[in-house]
Amino acid sequence: MRYHQAVHEVPTLFESCERPTSREKFDPTLGGMLPKDVVRSELDIPDLPERDVIKHFINLSQMNFGVDNGMYPLGSCTMKYNPKICDDIVSWPSVADIHPLQDISTIQGALRLMHELEKMLCEVGGVDAVTLQPAAGAAGEFTGVHIVRAYHEAKGETRKEIVLPDTAHGTNPASAAMVGYDVLDLPSKDGCVDVEALKAAISKDTAAFMLTNPNTLGLFEKNVKEIAGILHDAGALLYYDGANLNAIMGKTSPGKMDFDIVHFNLHKTFATPHGGGGPGAGPVGVKKRLEEFLPVPRIIEKNGIYSLDSDRPRSIGKVRAFFGNYAVLVRAYAYIKMLGGKGLVSASENAVLNSNYLKERLKGDFELPYAELRKHEFVLSGAALKKKGLRTVDFAKRLLDYGFHAPTVYFPLIVDEAIMIEPTESESKETLDRFVEACEAILKEEPKLLHDAPVNTARRRLDEAKAARDMIFSWRAYKKKTEQGSRPS
Amino acid sequence: MPLSECSLEMLQQMKLKSVDELFADIPKDVRIDGLRLPDGLSEIDLRRELESMMSANRPASSMPNFLGAGIYNHFIPAAVRTIVSRSEFITSYTPYQPEISQGMLQSLFEYQSFMAELTAMDVVNSSMYDASTALGEAVLMSHRISGGDRFLLSRAVSPEKKIVARTYAKGADIKLEEVAFDPATGLVDLNDLKSKMTETVSGFYFETPNFFGPIETRWEEIRRIVGAKTLVIGVNPMALALLRPPGEMGADIVIGDAQVFGTPMNLGGPTIGVFGCKQEHVRKMPGRIIGMTNDLEGRTSYCMTLQTREQHIRRSKATSNICTNEALLAVAAAAYLAIVGKSGLREIARRNVENMRSLSKRIGSIKGFKAPHFEAAHFNEFVVSSDHSPEKIHKELLRNGVQGGLQLASAFPELRHSSLYCTTEMHSKADHDKLVSALEAVR
Repeated sequence: MRYHQAVHEVPTLFESCERPTSREKFDPTLGGMLPKDVVRSELDIPDLPERDVIKHFINLSQMNFGVDNGMYPLGSCTMKYNPKICDDIVSWPSVADIHPLQDISTIQGALRLMHELEKMLCEVGGVDAVTLQPAAGAAGEFTGVHIVRAYHEAKGETRKEIVLPDTAHGTNPASAAMVGYDVLDLPSKDGCVDVEALKAAISKDTAAFMLTNPNTLGLFEKNVKEIAGILHDAGALLYYDGANLNAIMGKTSPGKMDFDIVHFNLHKTFATPHGGGGPGAGPVGVKKRLEEFLPVPRIIEKNGIYSLDSDRPRSIGKVRAFFGNYAVLVRAYAYIKMLGGKGLVSASENAVLNSNYLKERLKGDFELPYAELRKHEFVLSGAALKKKGLRTVDFAKRLLDYGFHAPTVYFPLIVDEAIMIEPTESESKETLDRFVEACEAILKEEPKLLHDAPVNTARRRLDEAKAARDMIFSWRAYKKKTEQGSRPS
Repeated sequence: MPLSECSLEMLQQMKLKSVDELFADIPKDVRIDGLRLPDGLSEIDLRRELESMMSANRPASSMPNFLGAGIYNHFIPAAVRTIVSRSEFITSYTPYQPEISQGMLQSLFEYQSFMAELTAMDVVNSSMYDASTALGEAVLMSHRISGGDRFLLSRAVSPEKKIVARTYAKGADIKLEEVAFDPATGLVDLNDLKSKMTETVSGFYFETPNFFGPIETRWEEIRRIVGAKTLVIGVNPMALALLRPPGEMGADIVIGDAQVFGTPMNLGGPTIGVFGCKQEHVRKMPGRIIGMTNDLEGRTSYCMTLQTREQHIRRSKATSNICTNEALLAVAAAAYLAIVGKSGLREIARRNVENMRSLSKRIGSIKGFKAPHFEAAHFNEFVVSSDHSPEKIHKELLRNGVQGGLQLASAFPELRHSSLYCTTEMHSKADHDKLVSALEAVR
């Protein structure tokens, strides 16, 4: 066990020593330029030396674990390596210092890039048109479900329900509900869609079925064509959650599987860095008959000149201001250009190879519910740990001590004590072997070591109940609480 | 592409002949044979190709740009880039494992702290996508707080925000209605607000400074008229260096965009939606919230909290579907505010106000121009009206290498002779001179 994360005591910026500043009382009206009744009296933010601010954040960064630190097998999150050239490009003034409302003759490069990215995503997704506007995967779902609603309304139908398998990501039901739909959960059979149950569940009230393929267990839904037929015969649409697209590029496509609407997670499949929780980008692709519903504006190309079309009466409107997360789009564009068609196929092949290799090596150590062959990820059950008085969470926390980020745990919900592992194509065999060795070593350890884990990270386990109870979400709140005399222990 | 030796070794260990066997579960009728995309480029070729493509853009450094309208060109200290360039921040995921993610969690807590102080709100979450989606979520949250199937918003709001808010409102079958602005001051028309503020309304949204630049003065009367319903106030966080915070105006919810703190314009994205509320509403709030706690050894620590509001727990009953947000930009905002500090922030804000006053005065003294169009105090944006058509002015400016203000005609027919200008600390006197002489030359 060689890993040890840096441990710094970093007081918040609000507790740090301030630099000397003018003692002159500040006049927020700026000598009468602003009326007295609209200005503030207090502003409690610190004045710090730049040197100390850099030290503060660099030390904090050392207490954070990213893909660049080590393996990050977080299932369904596709934590692959992020090529550095992509970050470099978005720092160019010609890329970063442009305003969305500039005369379009002065942003032709940006429009061209986005137009070409749309076409590339059409090819990968097997769809006819793509919007780049949604800011994240969930925003893509929100967009897609709005398109579902607009499609049915245009036909004069009000369908009330969206059907989902019980393996679905939590964002799926949340997005459906936000667009005004009731959600019907469909129990799976052998980890996949139960086609008979689906037939029974579909009615004239069904607006769409949302599906991830391969699903969150890493299983390919072989009956997808039949599923599409069932939905289409009922006048409903089939929605593809693109969280797991990294498994199938160039092997199949959502369009080929007869999905009508697809979202892409550029921060997963197309290697844009996740930034500790964003920015992401969640473009949405559709088949021809749904193109008229896409958000405005659409980027139009004519003889090499790019323009914007907002005159689309059936459009769902907009889901985000301006063009979406453009700097993320630029990174994804650069990634696709650098890998090329063959490189993307190879990425999927290696992602699936790595996943199956890991699964083969770990299935003797853990229970592997459902079928054998997986795509880019697989889900083990940590249920056997219970015999030792342990749970999946203890195993996950102990992995941190070995210098591996934990897998996704307790999801999907249909696997008891789930451990969801997605190695991605980025990791070498050597790293995968070390991961297996770590897992096997942990299983042989005294339960107490797992209970007490992690010990090599910047912090030990947290009292999360206290966080919810104390509700200290800011320095202001902390100060208020301490001033009231009930200093949080 | 041929497999590497290690890959072949893995296949052998699995007793497989080729990687194709791993895709045997994909039925033939849905197979495709590769992708029709060009072969990959080397880093040097990619750079060359993109440099050429992007040379068709005209960045602010090559053309003075007077656009604002939600996206602002502010100075970004080099130290901010140093901080947000750290791999450990950039390449991490949402901090699901807090023990190994304290760096991101504490930075986000500090972002929340800065924004809570600037807005004087009890809680600010760790970010939404942008201001427009934050407004959409605020409409939904107002409905959760106050019921009602109508939501009022000031007409003096960006068309981009309105159209996005409408998409969010549609899902919940909430009707959005506009409240007029006073044609002289650009501020909320209180009589119109009063007449529309009925029992079926969930809340009201106004901005200060609003889309046209005027700073609202009658916030007490607005709060009184809104009564027990939800009051949502939109802010420019940069202006809060000087202006009365919405928490002191009785806001239930505050939204805005913190792109002004350390994030480039990026053609409008990514930016960072600010979302704050009163403590009593926190369980109805969307988005991730970071809370302070202790670890086993009693050390101060941070983690995501109140997650039972969120989609991965509550699914269709969640307060929002939001998952990925704009965390790295929140780190940038915290880093920016720490670097410039209180005095730096006030100084930047002062320069914005001074630039606005000096530029509007100069434009207003050109024959045939009026600036600012509205009689009110402004921060860094103002409407210019003119006898010349805004379209013609825009073309003349562009010909002279200046990006003028946003023409208001299409979204606001009543302001068809007007454009919205913005000036920040980024503009030099030479930039102002260039704009003014180009405007003087318009015939």
